[in-house]
Amino acid sequence: MSNEQEHNFVVSQENWSLHRKGYQDQQRHNEKIKDAIKKNLPDLVSEENIIMSNGKDVVKIPIRSLDEYKIRYNYEKSKHVGQGNGDSEVGDVVARAPGDGQQAGAGNGKKAGDKPGQDYYESEVSIAEIEDALFRELELPNLQEKEKSEIITEKVEFNDVRKKGLMGNVDKKRTILTALKRNARDGKAQITPIYNDDLRFKTWNEVIRHDSKAVVLAMMDTSASMGAFEKYIARSFFFWMNRFLKTKYESVEFEFIAHHTEAKVVTEEAFFSKGESGGTICSSAYYKALEVIEEKYPPSRYNIYPFHFSDGENISSDNKTCIELVHQLMEKSNMFGYGEVNGYNRYSTLMNAYKTIDHPKFKHYVLKEKADVYHAMKSFFQKTAARI
Amino acid sequence: MSETKELTKAIEEITEVAKGFGLDFYPMRYEVCPADIIYTFGAYGMPTRFTHWSFGKQFHKMKLQYDLGLSQIYELVINSDPCYAFLLNTNSLIQNKLIIAHVLAHCDFFKNNIRFANTRKDMVESMTATAERIAHYEMVHGKEEVESFLDAILSIQEHIDPSIVRFKLPPKAADDMIEEDTHKKRGEYDDLWSLDQRGKSSQTKKVKRQKKIPPSPEKDLLLFIEEYSRELEDWQRDVLTMMREEMLYFWPQLETKVMNEGWASYWHQRIMRELDLTSSETLEYAKLNAGVVQPSRTSINPYYLGIKIFEDIEERYNNPTEEMIRNGCEPNKGRDKIFEVREMESDISFIRNYLTKELVAKEDMYLFEKKGRDYRITEKDYVEVRDQLVSQRVNGGFPYITVENGDYLRNGELYLRHGFEGIELDIKYLEHVLPYVYQLWGRAVHLETIIEGKETLYTYDGKEMHKQRI
Repeated sequence: MSNEQEHNFVVSQENWSLHRKGYQDQQRHNEKIKDAIKKNLPDLVSEENIIMSNGKDVVKIPIRSLDEYKIRYNYEKSKHVGQGNGDSEVGDVVARAPGDGQQAGAGNGKKAGDKPGQDYYESEVSIAEIEDALFRELELPNLQEKEKSEIITEKVEFNDVRKKGLMGNVDKKRTILTALKRNARDGKAQITPIYNDDLRFKTWNEVIRHDSKAVVLAMMDTSASMGAFEKYIARSFFFWMNRFLKTKYESVEFEFIAHHTEAKVVTEEAFFSKGESGGTICSSAYYKALEVIEEKYPPSRYNIYPFHFSDGENISSDNKTCIELVHQLMEKSNMFGYGEVNGYNRYSTLMNAYKTIDHPKFKHYVLKEKADVYHAMKSFFQKTAARI
Repeated sequence: MSETKELTKAIEEITEVAKGFGLDFYPMRYEVCPADIIYTFGAYGMPTRFTHWSFGKQFHKMKLQYDLGLSQIYELVINSDPCYAFLLNTNSLIQNKLIIAHVLAHCDFFKNNIRFANTRKDMVESMTATAERIAHYEMVHGKEEVESFLDAILSIQEHIDPSIVRFKLPPKAADDMIEEDTHKKRGEYDDLWSLDQRGKSSQTKKVKRQKKIPPSPEKDLLLFIEEYSRELEDWQRDVLTMMREEMLYFWPQLETKVMNEGWASYWHQRIMRELDLTSSETLEYAKLNAGVVQPSRTSINPYYLGIKIFEDIEERYNNPTEEMIRNGCEPNKGRDKIFEVREMESDISFIRNYLTKELVAKEDMYLFEKKGRDYRITEKDYVEVRDQLVSQRVNGGFPYITVENGDYLRNGELYLRHGFEGIELDIKYLEHVLPYVYQLWGRAVHLETIIEGKETLYTYDGKEMHKQRI
């Protein structure tokens, strides 16, 4: 205290470890992000940055409700002052706007930054967070089937140490350590002698793992009537389906079957990008799917999910065959999903036929816009009330 | 313990030197804190402030940059009496010396600059009380409710009237009376009778003008809403008042950023030169100082611009030209002059009066604009550069919004006007702010501004945003 009177200042250092205010409000901010994600799920689910992210863990997406909005100036339309090294001239470029893709439209509440063109920025969200919110609302139907198809693998893991064992498996390090300790107890700082009692052996245990595999038979109409939008919708859907199934199964495989009047197995790349011309015969894809199951995916070992995306413009004469084949497919698979990308408010020929199918494994949904990907996911993987 | 002793000794010495230079500051309270505490205070602007997620966001951002080594705060100083200064516990002794010199000059500025004359010096306690009251309202009305109200206020918090002298708004009740009186006198078409009687018509106009709320355009949007909104409950009015108080407190800091930082940097350099430093300490200091006062190609560093202008003023007033001598300047009075400047000016007048043609040329300052995808230098004329800097500082850098009418269309709607001065508003942001104002006002909200050369009215009516050319 004498210090204070003399010099009119005080220096102190306190224990701040209980001061958590910043962290508390940070947590509130995180909660708000989660809320915003939940509120925007239909939009987020079909967000291009996510679907095209190729499995990156963190993606940048615009989350609008987290901005701190103020009445402010338009940075891009105003003049700014800078300083050069003494040789600046009119016309010099001092900075460049960031890539075209991320200019307007996406904004998060950073105030005009110190670098031009950076006053908009997007919020970073991990896919895991979105998954968390989305998958909480989903459930895999017909899970009882899954247990049947589980197969058991035996694995051997060296994860134990014992005093008895095969000489070939002797654990030298541990043996020496034990000898050292015992000798130290006798007051000698040396390794030798090593007695039988010091020997340590690595030993294995048998591990039983339940291996579960799922395969998605992604079928899509690639005839002329399927445009970029329809394909994007299908792509978004398969992206999330893949992620969702991965939370339930240890491995998820995809088979891509593209069809117009004929069907063939193609690569993912070709599946989503290539367009064909001509009409549509959906049964061709179902024949192919049955063929693929026959060849590679025995239903006893795989959970099979055939999903078909189309705009529904099928040749009417083919519809009867389709219904028959769908029934055959359902016998071998966990569920059959039919997604129709159809912006019009009328039933397509195929949907007219499928409406009549009444089977617990059969699910269909009509997608009109991007946000419907979310609703389709919810419809296909509906949570059912638990049976007691 | 010896570390604290060393620090105390250093502070003693620096305080002595600073006093010798004529700096005049409040009693000081130095507090040594760990990084996350400093960053909390930095994000909130105060040791204790009300709870809001936006502070959490700010804190997270600042802390992240610190953790990644991108930026660092060394100190934090609070405008109060006694003056609180917070030092990072990982600072080296030489860092602390620089910071203490810097902080003392800040404190001198807080104490002597005219803009700070009206700021409350007990704001640390006042904000603590505010935080407690808001926490109490959270208990009573629910966290969500209070948060959504705070969201709305914070969107317009800067739109206050920080004038040192201001007039009170007319009381609400009296106003209603006048309106009723004039209504009784006149029938629906009675005003037509007066068309040919000029003298009389000017009289009725006067009456009309009196009725208008506000009588003249009102700059203090927060105060206006607090007085006239029919929506607010008592606790909301209370929160609004407290938020306005906080903004009034912070406002002078927005208005004097360049001066304040320039002044502090000017003095930490002068004071450090007086200290007896070892060679290695001098090197460390020089590196630190260079990091702080460093010009940028794409923005103005207030530390750098401020110190350069102060040095220029001192230099010119030490060696006055003949014209200056004729106007009453005496040679070698540069120091006195800068002390006068620190007392009388704010950023706007500081830059307008003292950023000279020679200084703009010497510092190679320019204007740049977005042209296509590039930001290009478009102007090097000193008048343009200076005026642009000034216009950026007008109203603390925020658009100038006034309340034109609190009873627009005779329907209690709120009509706001943006005083356009060449820079357009960020429309995307505006369209989010108007719903917030609606939330506070309870009826349709209009804002008039200029977009692409045309007068445009933005309206939010509670459901939709409308945009129309006037």
